[in-house]
Amino acid sequence: MRTMPDHSTSADVAPLLRVRDLTVPLPGGERPYAVRDVSFDIARGEILCIVGESGSGKSISAGAIMGLLPHHLTPERGEILFDGVDLLRLSETEMLARRGRQIGMIFQEPMSALNPTMRIGDQIAEVMAVHGTHPGPARRKRVLDLLDLVGLPDPATLQHVYPFRLSGGQRQRVVIAMALALEPALLIADEPTTALDVTTQAQILALIKRIQARMGMGVMFITHDFGVVADIADRIAVMEKGVLVEQGRATEVLDSPRHPYTRHLIAAVPTGRAVPRGVTVEDAPLLAVRNLIKTYTTSGGPFRPKRVVPAVCDVSFEVRRGEALGIVGESGSGKSTIGKCLLKLQGIDGGEIVFDGQDIAPLSQAAFRPQRRRLQMIFQDPFASLNPRQTVGRILTDGPVAGGEARAEAMARARTLLDLVGLPASALERYPHEFSGGQRQRVGIARALALQPDLIVADESVSALDVSVQAQVLALLKDLQKRLGVALVFITHDLRVAAEVCQRIAVMHRGCLVEYGPSAEVLGASREDYTRRLIEAMPGRAWDARRQPASAA
Amino acid sequence: MSGFARRFLRNTGAVAGLMILAAILVVALAAPLLFPDSPWMMVADPLILPFQDGQYPFGTDMLGRDIGAGLAYGARVSLMIGAVSTAVAVLAGIAIGAAAGYHGGWVDDLLMRVTEFFQTIPQLAMAVVLVAILTPSIGSIVAAIAIVSWPPVARLVRGEFLTLREREFVQAAVVIGQHPGRIMLTQILPNAMSPIIITASLMVATAILTESALSFLGLGDRNMMSWGFMIGASRTMLREAPWMSLMPGVAILLTVLAINLIGEGLNDALNPQLRHRGED
Repeated sequence: MRTMPDHSTSADVAPLLRVRDLTVPLPGGERPYAVRDVSFDIARGEILCIVGESGSGKSISAGAIMGLLPHHLTPERGEILFDGVDLLRLSETEMLARRGRQIGMIFQEPMSALNPTMRIGDQIAEVMAVHGTHPGPARRKRVLDLLDLVGLPDPATLQHVYPFRLSGGQRQRVVIAMALALEPALLIADEPTTALDVTTQAQILALIKRIQARMGMGVMFITHDFGVVADIADRIAVMEKGVLVEQGRATEVLDSPRHPYTRHLIAAVPTGRAVPRGVTVEDAPLLAVRNLIKTYTTSGGPFRPKRVVPAVCDVSFEVRRGEALGIVGESGSGKSTIGKCLLKLQGIDGGEIVFDGQDIAPLSQAAFRPQRRRLQMIFQDPFASLNPRQTVGRILTDGPVAGGEARAEAMARARTLLDLVGLPASALERYPHEFSGGQRQRVGIARALALQPDLIVADESVSALDVSVQAQVLALLKDLQKRLGVALVFITHDLRVAAEVCQRIAVMHRGCLVEYGPSAEVLGASREDYTRRLIEAMPGRAWDARRQPASAA
Repeated sequence: MSGFARRFLRNTGAVAGLMILAAILVVALAAPLLFPDSPWMMVADPLILPFQDGQYPFGTDMLGRDIGAGLAYGARVSLMIGAVSTAVAVLAGIAIGAAAGYHGGWVDDLLMRVTEFFQTIPQLAMAVVLVAILTPSIGSIVAAIAIVSWPPVARLVRGEFLTLREREFVQAAVVIGQHPGRIMLTQILPNAMSPIIITASLMVATAILTESALSFLGLGDRNMMSWGFMIGASRTMLREAPWMSLMPGVAILLTVLAINLIGEGLNDALNPQLRHRGED
């Protein structure tokens, strides 16, 4: 299908994009350069994946190509040759003519890339209007063709819809349609699937690949997930702290990485296979959820009927002491609702939540408060889950103090907790904003552990983290769970991650539990179509199968 | 120096406001030293023009009272009433808004209907009625101004609490078993303080204006000299001795302007989103 460019003879065919020694200083940053001496080529019809953790300078490189750097960052040296023209030396007007027309861009967050007050058909048409192409009725026809090209159903109706009516995946398709409207020769995609579900991500990746092959575009694909890289890349460039440390053919970099940083990143990718672990699991369930029902009712007005949305319907499962149960599903599957119901952050509409022999569902908040200590939660967003006005010491001791412990005593224990989660004791006096995402999530874990709970609910607790940081936090969770014998309910959209941590997995789909059993069974011999679809959608499956023997050895 | 102080001091308007207010405050505090006699006392010939007599640089009124003394003692009343009534209004507003925003449901409905009831009545008209009923005194004036000015604070605090209540760190506080009262005080309120401080600073200015209006209408405290009273008393002499109204008028203008400038400065310094205005 796609013609692979032959790089051994690339000397006689000029690449589409040639970046040479790109250096952008970072005034007032933690390192002198945002990117330093970065050089790479992208040929026509080729997908180059730029991989790195957040802060590695991959988005800065893309911004420099588009001429969209924040104004305190100015490239100091180097050149960006696009079709033989150095983009760094072009004026803003000359750049405008190229931006969108010859270089298209897809962003991470499809909602913020779309104008919420404009119908999507008009937004796509606007791209053409700005550049004065496809005049007259041809423009409307092109809009329909584009919507069709990105695989949206019924373009004739859909073009009149506002962005808020679309799902995340559909929005990202619209953004792609906008980027492709003028058939750019180069497409820059900055983490285009990070905000999406696994199955949607697989579809979008397939879409980008299909269109790229059909139009013969060069694609610069920025991501931090090596699973995605394995699915889509022709060539790979790995960036660490603003320096390009390794680049080469996809198979070479994936199967025999040379740079230690690349190896480190690859090792951090969850394997997506159940890992059997020796954990003593008692037979009596610590938590038994029976026929849990939760519906959301939007309040109706005089002219508006009430809308009833079932979020969780008739779900039952058990968690034993020391066991980790994974609840896996896409967004909207009701998995987070279950987590909130378990902690009584939300009332339920039916069923029982039996915790250590007692049904906690009918208890009032005040009656349940003394028991809260035993049921803790690790939240999703490490930036929103810590009070920005409190020191870490305060955050860690508030729980024990609420339980009647003296502040000084709690503080002493907070010190040992920080040690347990791998943070220095000096963290106690510092505020959350002084820490990175991974460190903050460790504080969140320490806060849950401070109360010595029997059960911890972790709601998407590693989803917001980079893959390598995610691996560290997962390792920490696994280790703590093993050492302290805490039961864990691990809510995630990522089967790979669930497989890494959990002995048993429950798969949720549209509020119902579709499959429930030991991890190895669910992943290896799933009975349900939906589970198999989720497994199919895990990024980097083929590569994963390849590397499995190596990592097992 | 903290980032807040640096951002505030970069705003020239705010610094100017702070200096004006500081000057007024010094005069107010030093009034008994500068003018040992009561401002009600007739000390000289009536209607001395300003800047004529060295001993009475601001002139005298129709009864021979020193306008300068009136201004200084009036500053004490204005600033004190502005500060105290705002403090009372803000405390009430926080309590009502926090309860409504945190608990939601029928508590919210009830408290917000009450708030709206107060908001439907024109502020000054209600203040006049309240002072008239309670008989004019410093306490009734403070109470009246506080009663008419808490609703905006309550609505603001409710809005802040509604959004902050859903934040993960508040849920985390629920999960670790903190008491709702504690969550409101230690988790949510500190994060809602910036807009409250900004609103409060601007409310002080409004309170001073309201107090002046009340005194102008003759509803001021009889024992205390106030700027509003001075304007009210001299309105009959507006053609013959315009300075008698002008002096306290300028004093009100400067004070309110200074406080508004400070409020603006606080707003810019506390709201990170607007920071680009003063920074590169």
